[in-house]
Amino acid sequence: MSIRILYFAGLREKLGLNEESVSLPEGLGTLGELKAWLCANGREALAETPNLRFAVNQNMARETDPVLDGDEVAFFPPVTGG
Amino acid sequence: MNTCIRVQEADFDLSTEVAALRGDDACVGAVVSFVGLVRDTNLGDGVSSMFLEHYPGMTEKALEQIVTQAQQRWDILGARVVHRVGELAPGDQIVLVAVSSLHRGEAFAACEFIMDYLKTQAPFWKREDTPQGARWVDARESDDQAAQRWESK
Repeated sequence: MSIRILYFAGLREKLGLNEESVSLPEGLGTLGELKAWLCANGREALAETPNLRFAVNQNMARETDPVLDGDEVAFFPPVTGG
Repeated sequence: MNTCIRVQEADFDLSTEVAALRGDDACVGAVVSFVGLVRDTNLGDGVSSMFLEHYPGMTEKALEQIVTQAQQRWDILGARVVHRVGELAPGDQIVLVAVSSLHRGEAFAACEFIMDYLKTQAPFWKREDTPQGARWVDARESDDQAAQRWESK
């Protein structure tokens, strides 16, 4: 399964990474599992971001939502526009 | 419905935006607008400049969804959202929300709703420069509460 991952704001700076394409092992079903896998593979900053937010294909999503092949997933801190 | 959503680095002019929102529609009886500005202090520290980051693609989509929700809830004739990104200075305009309707009640409510949802749903992030260095602005619980108010209404 291959997905594109984007990072924003303070999380992007901590990781030193705007985006990456990742090939994931079989069996990763949800955003929460993706996050745990990324944390275990060098992106610990994801675990250190309070109230981490998720988007899948540019829609706000929850930790329990599924991740599918070809998805665009984004991780970011709570938004602060306006 | 006269809708316009823009994310841009350039400044905007309130009169021009309101004129475009009204168009030549003589049905419009009320226009409510909100303009958000960069303050020169935050959490007790001086702010010399601000940078606004966003998620191109999702930002526009999120704003469109918010405006659509407002349209479904209230009988409004038009809505405009202009949000700036990039480098901003104290006193600069950041965001405009303007809504038109037959009567004031719908425009007031829809304008506040759009702004409250924008604050918690649209992917923008502020980084401010202070004498202690640059820092990302933390989300405020009061913004979440402001958005949640609409869920029980």
